[in-house]
Amino acid sequence: MKSTRSLLAAAAAIGLLAASAPAQAKTLVYCSEGSPENFNPMINTTGTTFNANRPVYGRLVDFKPGTTEVEAGLAEKWTVSEDSKTFTFNLRKNAKWHSNKNFKPTRGFNADDVIFSFERQWKDENPYHKVSGGGYDYFADMSMPSLLESITKIDDYTVKFVLKKPQAPFLANLAMDFAAIQSKEYADTLTKLGKPELIDQEPIGTGPFEFVTYVRDANIRFKRFEAFYGTKARVDTLVYSINKDPAVRLAKLRANECQISFGPLPADLPSIKADKNLVLLQQSGLNIGYLALNNLKPPFTDVRVRQAINMAIDKKAILDAVYQGAGTPAKNLIPPTLWSYNTKVEDYKYDPAAAKKLLAEAGFPDGFETDLWAMPVQRPYNPDARRVGELMQSDLAKVGIKTKIVSYEWGEYRKRVQNGEHGMAQLGWTGDNGDPDNFFVPLAGCASSRIGGGSASKFCNKEFEALIQKASEITNQSERAKLYEQAQVIMHREAPFFLIAHSVVFVPMRTNVTGFKMSPLGTFEFTNVDLK
Amino acid sequence: MLRFFLRRVTLILPTFIGVTLASFLLIHAVPGDPIEVRVGEHGIAPERLAALRHEFGLDQPLWKQFLDYETQLATGHLGTSTVTHAPVWDEFLSLFPATVELGVCAMIFALCIGLPLGVIAAVRRGTAFDYGLMGISVTGASMPIFWWGLMVILIFSVTLGWTPVSGRVSDMFYVEPWSGFMLIDAWYSDDEGAVRSALSHLVLPTIVLGTIPLATIARMTRSAMLEVLGEDFIRTARAKGLSPGRVVVVHALRNALIPVVTVVGLQVGSLLGGAILTETIFAWPGVGHWLVEAIQRRDYPVLQGGTLLIAVLVMAVNLGVDVTYGFLNPRIRR
Repeated sequence: MKSTRSLLAAAAAIGLLAASAPAQAKTLVYCSEGSPENFNPMINTTGTTFNANRPVYGRLVDFKPGTTEVEAGLAEKWTVSEDSKTFTFNLRKNAKWHSNKNFKPTRGFNADDVIFSFERQWKDENPYHKVSGGGYDYFADMSMPSLLESITKIDDYTVKFVLKKPQAPFLANLAMDFAAIQSKEYADTLTKLGKPELIDQEPIGTGPFEFVTYVRDANIRFKRFEAFYGTKARVDTLVYSINKDPAVRLAKLRANECQISFGPLPADLPSIKADKNLVLLQQSGLNIGYLALNNLKPPFTDVRVRQAINMAIDKKAILDAVYQGAGTPAKNLIPPTLWSYNTKVEDYKYDPAAAKKLLAEAGFPDGFETDLWAMPVQRPYNPDARRVGELMQSDLAKVGIKTKIVSYEWGEYRKRVQNGEHGMAQLGWTGDNGDPDNFFVPLAGCASSRIGGGSASKFCNKEFEALIQKASEITNQSERAKLYEQAQVIMHREAPFFLIAHSVVFVPMRTNVTGFKMSPLGTFEFTNVDLK
Repeated sequence: MLRFFLRRVTLILPTFIGVTLASFLLIHAVPGDPIEVRVGEHGIAPERLAALRHEFGLDQPLWKQFLDYETQLATGHLGTSTVTHAPVWDEFLSLFPATVELGVCAMIFALCIGLPLGVIAAVRRGTAFDYGLMGISVTGASMPIFWWGLMVILIFSVTLGWTPVSGRVSDMFYVEPWSGFMLIDAWYSDDEGAVRSALSHLVLPTIVLGTIPLATIARMTRSAMLEVLGEDFIRTARAKGLSPGRVVVVHALRNALIPVVTVVGLQVGSLLGGAILTETIFAWPGVGHWLVEAIQRRDYPVLQGGTLLIAVLVMAVNLGVDVTYGFLNPRIRR
């Protein structure tokens, strides 16, 4: 009896201990692909740095997880004036700043922080404009300096942005990483300490995770921010384990040293699919790989020649041989994950006989000689431009088009293509803000078709231009989508490119990971991720 | 002694200038503009490109860039990284302990295995053990580090699962990096098991980096021992009836160690060279890994500064070896 009582007492004691013991801290390790340049997405342009900053910083608006739709962020709501030139943002009153050894915030997030963050990028006289090198490439790339008329604080929780002209993608631009909001109070504190550069090395934000440490080329450590205004992160600690080598990342994932990993090697895909401890997520990347036909240079000025090239190249063979399952054939300039993608457009069929006929009609019954440029670098949308070029070369030879493959060092290649020195050149694009405007204007708009402009096709079609210009000036998304759908029909008819593929992005993770959604923008978000 | 020391120090200056010039020219010979290499499909506005080139002095003629660099060095500045905008010196200091930790472990490993093997080979001269050992040591000394590193990862980490794949400590442990030496930091961290994890991460990189010094030390010990074992005083010691073990360890080895110590000093340079490859294979966040990344990113200040700091280190060690040798052996002071 005595022993039974002692056993019961012991069991009760153990039960009590178990109940009072804190739940085991959860650590999620993400095998990332590289070291961030620093901790400020305003001054960098790489996806690696953006992903490393995502847990820390908030923006006025955000992309809804897994989509390119814009939702409330640090701004609870906003209004757009009738002329689409004034955006008024009502800010959250409950957003708090992180803290660290140099900074204990005395106030929450407010309008001063918004003004500071944009003026740092915009105004030379801002004391932080020159800190950490002071180049704000994305801010410039999204034409913000020429677009912004003024940013005004109406009160502590209201900010007004006035634009010089209507610009529909403006809101999506504000959800991009460069539009991160930094703390003005932290900046002032660091100025007093005489260490302004720390603002970009020991970041303070309003995001779901607080920055803890960064060991270059090893790892970045974050902890859950308990005072986060939204749904709190599910794991206590988030670690980015930095491994440049995809084989090493996969080995770590298999050994459960990390639970989610950045892109694997295409050759490893079958073995990942076969591994019962792993899940392989995949999605079409927000990008396009193409062969641009120089619309300013004969014979590519003739639409029949451009169409003939589209019929002469076997796209499927390229996808099978080079992309090896990591690409989907492209028929429109924008990827299928983007709103306004025109599903009704039918891609040119591989038909060398029809191509030959069209060439004869255009006055080239025996074909012609031209150059075919191949990038010297591997890009997300084109894993091996040289090999793609060789396959195209052999297909084109069958219809009488003799090509010489040309390549230059990457910087030189891009510059020469921009100057229109090529006949046909491979290149591509990765979208920034999930807005179709971000594909059509830089790649096929008249402004970028000038010599030295970004467009490789040098395509400038008045009908097409009128549609994309109109679409950029109205804010109603369904109306915009209709205009872009029409624009895609024109582009298909005019064939300024041979569109190759959109890459497929893969994310392998362990089966015990829940709540992870792939973003069409290629960003990694861990707020809702949990471990079973 | 002072004159000898001063003469050695004076010789450092031309070496120093030679190193800066060689690193400067080699880096500039690599194709690719440091600014443009980082620009994506967006391209870069000509004004912005010009401003960045001006900021890093890339718009100046090459000779002017070199002179500016030397002047900057003379004032004690190594410049700032074109990628991270952090001072090169700060980055070096934060990464150097990792390289030192790996280098020291590799050297301890090489000495602990190489010395006894060399001694045994000398004592059993002409036996199968001797021939076998020397054969293996020639193979070890000529084995490419990157191949050897990948092989051990494949065998011990991937196939057998005995050791971690890469890094310095498991990401599950939080180790406050106050000294930069993982074993010390892990010892003081609250996480149990961090030291074990740090040790297990050290095993493979230590073996890979220590293989070449091990082979060199084993061969050097063997030949030094053979020389000493033939000396009269060894015969005398044996004639006195001392045990063979005592003759070898106390009398022969102590004398044979002098050239071995010199070789160990000279191995520092090759260890740092080997660390570049070893760190890259094992994602070991040290100076070598940092320099390889800098080449890919065309980060001129990091490459020049990092190469210079490593060269200074090797020069300092060589000077130390020279001076110690001069101190021990007055004949070479002249």
